Amino acid sequence: MSAIATPIRQMPAAWTLPDRGKVAIAGLIIAESAIFTIFVVAYLFYLGKSVTGPTPREVLEVPIFYTICLLSSSLTIHFAAKSLKRDRVAAFLGLWLLTIALGSLFLYGTGMEWHRLIYLDGLTISTSLFGTTYYSLVGLHAFHVTAGLVMLSIVAILTLAGRVDVEQSRRTEVLAMYWHFVDAVWVVVFTVVYIMGR
Amino acid sequence: MASNAITIPGVQIEEKLWLDTLHGWLTTVDHKRLGILYILSSLVFLVFGGVEALIIRIQLMHSHNDFVSPQVFNRMFTMHGTTMIFFVAMPILFGFANYLVPLMIGARDMAFPRLNAFSFWLSFLGAVLLYFSFLGGNGLYGAGSAPDVGWWAYAPLTARAFSPGHSSDYWTLAVMISGFGTIGTAINIIATILCMRCPGMKLSRMPLLAWLNLVMSGMVLITITPLSAAQIMLLIDRYLGGHFFDAQAGGSAVLWMHFFWIFGHPEVYVLIIPCFAFMSEIIPVFSRKPIFGYPVMVAATVCIAFVSMSVWAHHMFTVGMNSYANSFFTITTMAVGVPTGIKIFNWLGTMWGGRIQFKVPMLFSIAFLFQFLLAGLTGIMLACAPFDWQLSLSYFVVAHFHYVIVGGILFALFAAFYYWYPKMTGRMLSERLGKWHFWLFLIGFHLTFDLMHIPGVLGMPRRIYTYEPGRGWDTLNLLITIGTFIQAIAILVFVANLIISYFKGDKAGNDPWDAWTLEWSISSPPPAYNFASIPVVASRRPLWDLKHPEDPDSRYE
Amino acid sequence: MIRRTIFADLVTGRKLTLLACLFVATVATAEPANFLSSPTNIFAPVSTPAKSILHLSLFVLVITGIIFAVVFTLLAYAVIKFRGRSGDGGREPAQVYGSTQIELAWTVIPVLIVVVLYLATARVIHAVQDAPQPANAVEVTVIGHQYWWEFRYPKLGIVTANELHVPVSDPAHPTPTFLNLLSADTDHSFWVPKLAGKTDLIPNHPNRMWIDPQRTGIFLGQCAQYCGVQHAKMLLRVSVDSPEDFAAWVRAQQQPAVQDASVAAGKRVFETTACINCHAIAGTNANGRFGPDLTHLMSRATIASGAAQNTPQNLRVWIQNPNAIKPGSLMPAMQLSDADLDAMVSYMETLR
Repeated sequence: MSAIATPIRQMPAAWTLPDRGKVAIAGLIIAESAIFTIFVVAYLFYLGKSVTGPTPREVLEVPIFYTICLLSSSLTIHFAAKSLKRDRVAAFLGLWLLTIALGSLFLYGTGMEWHRLIYLDGLTISTSLFGTTYYSLVGLHAFHVTAGLVMLSIVAILTLAGRVDVEQSRRTEVLAMYWHFVDAVWVVVFTVVYIMGR
Repeated sequence: MASNAITIPGVQIEEKLWLDTLHGWLTTVDHKRLGILYILSSLVFLVFGGVEALIIRIQLMHSHNDFVSPQVFNRMFTMHGTTMIFFVAMPILFGFANYLVPLMIGARDMAFPRLNAFSFWLSFLGAVLLYFSFLGGNGLYGAGSAPDVGWWAYAPLTARAFSPGHSSDYWTLAVMISGFGTIGTAINIIATILCMRCPGMKLSRMPLLAWLNLVMSGMVLITITPLSAAQIMLLIDRYLGGHFFDAQAGGSAVLWMHFFWIFGHPEVYVLIIPCFAFMSEIIPVFSRKPIFGYPVMVAATVCIAFVSMSVWAHHMFTVGMNSYANSFFTITTMAVGVPTGIKIFNWLGTMWGGRIQFKVPMLFSIAFLFQFLLAGLTGIMLACAPFDWQLSLSYFVVAHFHYVIVGGILFALFAAFYYWYPKMTGRMLSERLGKWHFWLFLIGFHLTFDLMHIPGVLGMPRRIYTYEPGRGWDTLNLLITIGTFIQAIAILVFVANLIISYFKGDKAGNDPWDAWTLEWSISSPPPAYNFASIPVVASRRPLWDLKHPEDPDSRYE
Repeated sequence: MIRRTIFADLVTGRKLTLLACLFVATVATAEPANFLSSPTNIFAPVSTPAKSILHLSLFVLVITGIIFAVVFTLLAYAVIKFRGRSGDGGREPAQVYGSTQIELAWTVIPVLIVVVLYLATARVIHAVQDAPQPANAVEVTVIGHQYWWEFRYPKLGIVTANELHVPVSDPAHPTPTFLNLLSADTDHSFWVPKLAGKTDLIPNHPNRMWIDPQRTGIFLGQCAQYCGVQHAKMLLRVSVDSPEDFAAWVRAQQQPAVQDASVAAGKRVFETTACINCHAIAGTNANGRFGPDLTHLMSRATIASGAAQNTPQNLRVWIQNPNAIKPGSLMPAMQLSDADLDAMVSYMETLR
């Protein structure tokens, strides 16, 4: 059917709209933030209300090293995305792999911490309110880190297969936004669990 | 798509196998087809939910009735509520949004067509999973069967101790899965509206339907997610030994209530805002005037979105919060009535001075206005915490929310059906059948839901499978039940209309209603690509500008 | 397609509506139990909390009624006055986009109404919720169970079930009853409409409410928060007694169970079956807390939390097969022989 014909003088000079990938990931981040907020609220609400089991102060050790790993991975992914925008694929790949390594190190640290808590300190998800809320909140975050690492790995494999170049820089930027979100959530979780909660 | 092409010189005939057609629909990523799939799926579940309602009403027809056992009754009201909210209302509104939003903003599809399809099928899967619970029960050695914990699934009733077996898990998983589908569609709608408007369509020139679906989708992101989070917590309690809602371990049943209602209240605004969108498109066209106060309508909607996030605990006035909390939620709940009322006044202002045409969409819209007004006012009564201490958990509340959902949302949906069916199918729905549908449904609706306020005031609680005689509830319940059967007949008339008109309705043409938004500039039904060339617009009513070049809207904006 | 005018529609619609109203009126006048005499009518309060709610609700109803009348009239007027007529010639009316003054007016006025309503409401919230407990108040601990009510009077040493007795309160010298609300399992809600608004019973979340009934009599209610399969039969019966009657009732409840040698056989059956795991009878070895206290079972008018009248036949059916009266109730069928059952019922009948 015919288009709407309007006089040329009314056509806008420049019609630029936001990038849909960025808008979508922003929407996803907002939704995920809401989920995390509910778990944080539950954690804070139940602080001090456990009737049994070890207290946070007794068993939690502040994971400074692994936090630094995760937060640095935000830096590396930022520079990786920037490199790809400038079509420097080798630099991109190196920084991207470094991001994956740092993220994996963080997960390893979480795993070690949980191993100690379960087998040495006797804290499981069913021990007490603290156990339930701690494993749920930290676990939810770790799940998102894992999902992120899977996506990052897929991109790494595609890069090694020569499929990723400057044309994909928009998509890697979107993925980097997700990764920044995961790190930002860790800042909140870290503060709530290891600083406020102890 | 494969086809049997028989070539005859000068003539080409293509025969499509029905299997190909089915395949086309099952694998489609076209927003129009997905919209129709959402709508058709919702209509099927509307029938299921309606049958559940009829069973409830037959059981409650008189005191000490034994049409169904208490176990079956409790499953009926749980499934009725869950079905109607999650598998009828939400999907049908997303279906209309899916169909209309790209057309109204001059786009060729949604921002993410494959995500669109994925989200639909996730929602559908959730619905099928929930209904499988009726069948699955016996297969799980009787431990399955449909959920019976109410659609709010309050803790600790949902704990393993009080809900053994898997019926609560069907509820949790089905709603959670479809919730993820809902979030996907919401993200899609936001990305589409922000990133794919045609040139010239600034945000201040978008049709109100686009604006309101944008606001609604934004709300969905922070509304559905608290429920998903709470459901994850419930699963952790039930299967990993967690204690989120375990009173014996110090957990709190009230925490579930807070999380549920932080979802539950904004959810009802998520449901009504697209219906406001329908009204804002339909009433102007049949009053032959533009919407009165477009900027105020946008502002009021945004206001409603924000304020509605702060009212949730008016569902918890009887829970034992302190007087300061009760006062706070009283005033926020009353406050959200102000922008809502403003919208009613603006629709009134749109009709004022107009030339109202009483076609079927307008009949439903006018009924909407009266009914939504009344529902809003009973809402103000409920906002008043002490009054709520009597009315809460009684049939007064059931009457109130059905007044909004049936009298408001469903009536607006009927208007939308009659208005946009010609665009979707190329045929007009029968005006005659439409009027029978309208009047029958109106009478049935009022018989049921006007009267239903009274048993509530006379002390009848909700979710009871039977009641004592001598409380003055018997006659009222009988009349209420009769009303539901009248509504059921009206729905049958409606479905008949949908089917008959598809084959025998008058041809609609591009623009049967002489309307002003972009979807009416293309054929009915639209071609797969929507617009041959992307339109450029200069005002809120591009077709008005074309039809009235001597007095275009663009001069006044 | 024949186009019908609005009048034809209204005539058909009006006819149908008139018919419907006639039908409703006929059926309504045939009904013996008049709604006005309903024992659970929230607009017929006898106790201060319920009365405060009534006064506030009348105020709210008047205001919302006025709003309804005004907006309804405007809508009806618009629909009638501005209907399109066939002689229009297809001209479009004046295209009005909005008006800032009107928008302001219909924003400011509702805001003022909200402020007024809120102030009136906040006053009642505080008056009811924050009322101090006087020293002479009767204290009752209410524990909600699936599907019965446990009532304890801690200061009086009484434990009973399902039927609450409270003294009448003279407005000049009030003797209110304060209820502490707890739950043993799921959420419940205590609702006796003529006495007060409802308050929930939530595990691990004690609540408090009060009543001061100013008339003697029996007042009915029931659980209002869905608590499981027999939520519908968790009925409430409140007996508001004169001061003398209340004192007499208290004295009777404070006695241990009546010892009657003629029903010793039944007592033995009771003491040697699983009954004692769930039930308590003061003065015997039965000390169970899962089910209602049976020490003064015969002082109650109903059994199974109001599901049946307290008659020997009903008692027999209940003990033999609770599901016959209340399907899904948590009391198991006791599988007693007829002889044992008869003896047990005779014993129960002595527990006044």
